[in-house]
Amino acid sequence: MPVDTLTPKIEFIDVSYRVVGTQVLSGLNLQVASGETLVLLGRSGSGKTTTLKLINRLVSPTSGEIRVNGKPHQQFDVIQLRRGIGYVIQEVGLFPHFTVARNIGLVPKIEGWPEDRIQTRVQELLQLVGLETTLSSRYPHQLSGGQRQRVGVARALAANPEILLMDEPFGALDPLTRDEVQREFLSLQRQLHKTVVFVTHDLHEALRLGSRIALMEAGKLVTVLSPQEFLKSTDPWASAYVRAFGAGLEEATNRGTQ
Amino acid sequence: MNVVRFIMENRTQVVELTVEHLWLVGVSTILAMAIGIPLGILIAHRGRLNKPVLAGANIIQTIPGLALFGFLLPFPWLGERADRLAILALTLYALLPIIRNTYEGIRGVDSSVIEAGKGMGLTELQLLFQVELPLAVSVILSGVRVAAVISVGLATIAAAIGAGGLGEFIFRGLAMVDNRVILAGAIPAALLALLADFGVGWLERRLQPR
Repeated sequence: MPVDTLTPKIEFIDVSYRVVGTQVLSGLNLQVASGETLVLLGRSGSGKTTTLKLINRLVSPTSGEIRVNGKPHQQFDVIQLRRGIGYVIQEVGLFPHFTVARNIGLVPKIEGWPEDRIQTRVQELLQLVGLETTLSSRYPHQLSGGQRQRVGVARALAANPEILLMDEPFGALDPLTRDEVQREFLSLQRQLHKTVVFVTHDLHEALRLGSRIALMEAGKLVTVLSPQEFLKSTDPWASAYVRAFGAGLEEATNRGTQ
Repeated sequence: MNVVRFIMENRTQVVELTVEHLWLVGVSTILAMAIGIPLGILIAHRGRLNKPVLAGANIIQTIPGLALFGFLLPFPWLGERADRLAILALTLYALLPIIRNTYEGIRGVDSSVIEAGKGMGLTELQLLFQVELPLAVSVILSGVRVAAVISVGLATIAAAIGAGGLGEFIFRGLAMVDNRVILAGAIPAALLALLADFGVGWLERRLQPR
């Protein structure tokens, strides 16, 4: 698959974000290449969610510039920018008064697609995310957590955006379902080659899904590494992560009473 | 059953006053919705305005009914006709429950739903009409229901300034020390209150999301 390596899909140039008294992000420089899955890894409060929200301008930077497709943010109409970027959050945020089909078809509908094309698209997306097409007439409260999250992904993909932002999308799922949707995400990504920015605090998830991992701490980008590099890294923060997760696994194993 | 006989004998007037009463309550409730719902939406979105607006509506609510009718009497256009004045006073009283419930209803919409909507690129108006209002509608209507029921009771006082309505019977009965006359006003008023409660309640259930 041809990847335009010259222009990064998303680019942060010296971006800072401050809210009264708190420096949430400082001096962020980061590039996301087309078709890659960049994972933002960090603790709560490290600034990873803010970084994500800067991309679809749910948050505006205090200073610095963000470019999408080489074009500075200011040159975009914010509504059009957002419609071209899929957004998936942990709480999913499905519209409770809409059916699954209407949830998925909302952006195509306000973009003025004809009704039959929307219907076809909805069926196509349900299959893509591994859901029965019969679910389309259900309401969100009639779905399981895993199904809701899949609908959330389908909704984000509806208008075929090039960029997908995912904020701990699988964080609230039970381990088995999480494993399932992670596997589905990988196969989906092999078919679609979206540019994905994925926020998580789970190292396993980061290593499994990311083509690169951007480690954040206290509003700063610590380092950007491939999963293989990350495991071998001598960076104190990266190795702290590896230790924490490694030790955690070791200790959590119940060896039974002897 | 003196009361029933009295009502039957004066049924034309009972019906007439009931219609007048309904007119006062209906017009004022609709006006209060037309003002209160947009105001409630505004303060739900512009957080700084919520305290002053709710405080204002609260203060109005604390003015005794008769006093408010009296205050408004000297105003030129209003004072000319008692029903205008009564409608304005009833509208002012109906504002608080409507503003407050609209505010609460919209603020009560799950923030993740709003965030997802914004992130998907819905405009503020699309978010309001497709998401916030449909999800808040039953809370808003329960405010309208409270306002309508309060208005039915309050509108009986409008007779004191000559605006008509079922209060006429009540005041006349009080002056004549005749319970039959009082009840000829009070019973239809109570029935109207129940009707308003039931009617808006029905609408509320019909429009409830899901």
